[in-house]
Formats: sequence, C-alpha cells, structure tokens
Amino acid sequence: MRTWLAVTAVALLYVLHQDFWFWREARPLVFGFLPVGLFYHAAFTVACSGAMWLLVQAVWPSHLER
Amino acid sequence: MIPALVVFAYLALVLYIGIFAFRRAGSNGTAEDYFLAGRSLGPTVFLLSLFGTNMTAFSILGASGHAFSNGIVTFGLMASSSALVIPVCLLVIGTRLWALGKRHGFMTPVQMFRDRWECGHIGTVIFVVQAALLVPYIIIAVMGGGTVLAAITNGYIPYWLGGAIVSTVVMSYVFLGGMRGTALVNALQTTLFLLFGTIALFVVGSGMGGFRSAMEAMLASPATAPLLTRERISPWYFFSYTFIPLSSIAFPHVSIFCMTARSVTHFKKTVVLYPICMLLIWLPSVFLGVVANQASAVPAIESKLDARAQLAAPNATMTTDDRARLRTQAAGDDVILRLVDGYAPLWLAALLGAAVMAAVMASDSQILALSTMFTEDIFAFYQGTARFGHAMQVLTGRIFVFVVSLVAYVIAMRIPQSIFDVATQYAFAGYAALAPLLIAALFWKDSTRWGALASTLWTAAAVAMVATIQTTIPAPPPGTSIVVWAIGDWAIVTRATAGTFVLGLLPVVPMTLISALMMILVSLATKRFAKPGAPTLRRYFAH
Repeated sequence: MRTWLAVTAVALLYVLHQDFWFWREARPLVFGFLPVGLFYHAAFTVACSGAMWLLVQAVWPSHLER
Repeated sequence: MIPALVVFAYLALVLYIGIFAFRRAGSNGTAEDYFLAGRSLGPTVFLLSLFGTNMTAFSILGASGHAFSNGIVTFGLMASSSALVIPVCLLVIGTRLWALGKRHGFMTPVQMFRDRWECGHIGTVIFVVQAALLVPYIIIAVMGGGTVLAAITNGYIPYWLGGAIVSTVVMSYVFLGGMRGTALVNALQTTLFLLFGTIALFVVGSGMGGFRSAMEAMLASPATAPLLTRERISPWYFFSYTFIPLSSIAFPHVSIFCMTARSVTHFKKTVVLYPICMLLIWLPSVFLGVVANQASAVPAIESKLDARAQLAAPNATMTTDDRARLRTQAAGDDVILRLVDGYAPLWLAALLGAAVMAAVMASDSQILALSTMFTEDIFAFYQGTARFGHAMQVLTGRIFVFVVSLVAYVIAMRIPQSIFDVATQYAFAGYAALAPLLIAALFWKDSTRWGALASTLWTAAAVAMVATIQTTIPAPPPGTSIVVWAIGDWAIVTRATAGTFVLGLLPVVPMTLISALMMILVSLATKRFAKPGAPTLRRYFAH
C-alpha cells in the first residue's frame, strides 16, 4: 500500500512538472521580480524536497540496513 | 591580477587536500580504500560531494548561458526535473547499489552486472561503452581549464600552459588522494558554488539598480518578453527533457560514488536535501542569465545582444560561416562572468574565478571512475590482481590516472572543442538509455545478459547516429528545420537549430524507451537458457 502511495506521489509530481497552465504567462511577478513560471518551478523544487522527506519516512528500504 | 592569485591559491588548496587524503590513508591502503575511500564517507561529505560529482561546468556557466538565450525555461528543463528524478533514483537505485557493494564487495556497476547476469565478456562490452561516453568530459575539462586560466590572467598564461596546470593539479590530487581526496575537493566545490550563487545574485541586483525595473523593461520589449515565459518551446520538448536526469544514476562516477557512504542511512539526508541544493545553485544561475539580457551597459554583453539581433534579422546574403560566427559571438556561456565583471567588486570577481575553476575541474570524479573501472573491470577481472597482488592493483589505478590525464591533455591540444561538445551533449542521452540496465538488474528477475547486451549495443549505435547527424548536417537558421529521415510526408528525424529531433522529441526519449524495449524483448526471448541460477537470484531478490 505504502509503495503504491509513493509511486502515485512521484507520478503526481511528474505531472505537476509539466505546467502548461503558466506556459505563456510572465505575470504576476512574484516578489516584484520573479516571473510566475520561474517561481512555480522554484516552489516545485521545494515541494520535491518535502515529498522526498515523506518518501524517506514511508518507503525507506530499512532491510538494506541489516 | 588578484583574481589570478585567488585561483592559484584555490589550486594549491585542492592539491593540499590530495596530499592530506594520501597521508590519512597511509602507504598501505587497499583498493577499496583508494577507490571508495574505504566506504567510510560521513553524511555531510557524502551529500556535498555527491552533489558536486553531478555538477559539471555546465551547472554554473552553461545554465546561465542557456538562460541568457532561452529564458526562464532553463530552470524547468534542467533543474526542477532533476530535483525530482535524481533523488528518486538515489532512493530506489542508489541505496541498493550501496547494499550490494557492501555485501559482495562490488566497486563498479559492471562487477554487479557480471555477477547478476552471470556473464564475463558482455560486462566488458558495457565497460567499453561506459568508458567511451565518459572520456569526452575529461577532455572538455582540460580545454575549460586552459581557457579559464588564460582569461583570468589576461593571456599571461597561454591556453596550452593553463590546460597543463589544471590537468596536473587534478591528476595529482586524484593520484594521491583517490576517492577520499576527490570527495573532499567536491565537497569544497559545492560549498563554493552555494556561496557564490547567492552572493552574486545580491551584488549584481544591487549593481543593476534592482531586478524589478530590469524585469519590467524586459516585459516591455517584444524581443525579451518571451524569455520570461515558455512560449518559444513546445510542451513536448519540455517533456523530453525529463528523461535526461535518468542519466545521473547511470553515470559510473555517480553509481560508484553511491558505494562510498559509511551507512545507507546517509542517503536520507542526501535524498531530502538534493532538491534544495539544486534550487540554491540553479535559481541564481538561471535568473542572472535571464537578467543579463537587460545588462547592455556591460560592453561584452552588448556585443552578444547585437550578434543575436543580427541572427534574428532576415538576411538572405548571410553565409553559413557568418551565421556560425555570430552564433559563437552571441553564446552566453561566459555571461555570468561578464555580469560580475561589470557589477561586482574585485573580491567577488576573485571568488568567482575560484568557483569557475572549481566548475571546470569537476572532471576529477570521471577520471577516478575510469581508473576504478579499468582496474576492477579489466585488470582484476582478467586475473591481474590474482597474479600481481592488491598493491599492484592500486598502483595500476594510479598509473591509469596519470595516463588518462596525459592522453586527455594531448587530445585537447590537437582536436577542436566542437567535436567534444557534441560528444558530451549526447553522452547524457546515452547514459539515460543505459539506465534500464540498472533497473532490470535490480528489479526484474527475468532479465538476462543478452537483454543487457542488446540494450547496450543499441545505446552505442544510437549515440553514434545522433552525433553523426549533428556533425555532418549544419544547423539551419532559427525557426526552420531539415528533414533527415521521413516516411512519406511524415518527418521522423529532423535537424533544427537546437539539435536533432525524433518526432519532435529529443533523441533521449526514443533512445531510452527502445533501450528498455530491447532489454524486455531480448530477455524474454532468451530467459529459457540465459536466466541466472537460483542462488544468484536469491542474492538479489531475497526481499
């Protein structure tokens, strides 16, 4: 079950990476200078780190430690 | 002159690290100690060094250069996709490589493949393909070292001497320090990159009078506004790029590095923090590359913008040579250097020099990986260690480091860089296409050595085909493409300004998918007589 949830989470992130919804938009400029498409991918990168933390908690291959 | 002195101080420091690592290991170090730092790296050095191993000159210089020409899309193409794919590969594949290495004493992926698929010479074929894809990186690094030292000293140190100095320093610390020295230098490099990116962002922003006005000015101009969106590229092209980071875990220097951690738990911190490291290094590089389009007050950048404008203007009389010259002039690989030259104080320019030197010296991991592969996959496999002993194996590894450095230097001085640029450009695709080997070996019981051979040969042939197309067919003007292969009216392979495409996708997509297909079909066809025995399978699939 945990494995399937992990696979789903990674697949969801993969889909979210293809953000066609900000394709032709530069505005709003986040913090006054960051185009929204660049901000989205910066935020996506932080989200990846959070997702990796969850994966490490949920599907860590602990049998390899033995 | 101060930047040159700082760069030489940096070279002296990394040389000292090599000597320090040599003394720490002692003169009686084993092969495992030399090639894998005795599988003893702690969590922080493991994270910083693994990240540094993955970061080449491209990360600092190439990323900003690509962003200068293509805009914010660079971050999504190369950084955020890597921030997802690479940590997942480290968690799923890297940890298993570590465990198998620890349990069975493997030091290279080929050793694991030979054991897993009960094969000998097929492993040698995989070694040859892996090595052939790795060598161009080492040659490019020599060229980069020569160019950077010549630029920093204003030509006082010529290109040939700069290349020789950088090669000698890298060769010395790899020769002396082995993996321990290389890992410590890589950790230092990553720290420099992290420091430099953030500082450069603030200093350049302040020098330009704030980024807000620069962005508004870019949005107001029809020439630069598209750089702040992704309207100039297709979603398919964007999607294609997500296959590239698969290459990371298949690069021998990365998969070998996975075996250096003292404990598998060290992967936890690396997996979680890897995306943050990507963000801290790539966001400043990409943003500065984009904003450089508004830095026309810097003469070197103004001349690049002029060249780009000439390329974009319709001109029927322009020859292919003129176009190539303008393209070189408009290229942005040094744009971050020019920005800092224009806006930063001398101390930051000096720090930048050291960071750039660190970036171009990132070939250390590849040299050590080649040496490890040669001594383990060839020398030891063909009875060298059995005949001459472990001390001779380590000595052979060190001699190999010297010979590879020397050969790379000689080639770098004689052959144009453009050839190796093509080779490295498609080596990423080649390694991505080798990723199915690792996945099949670790997770698919029915995979066979013949499937592995088919996948490897396909990869080698595909890389050669794409490199041939790139070399023999000149890039057409922007916005046009040349059909290389078509079925009826259906263009299958095309050559455009940005490279070669297959059905509008980067070649890495069909290369990787067909490689996986080869592995599946040939393994299924041969499993009746080539499936490894039950004891072997138990070693890999006990859980």
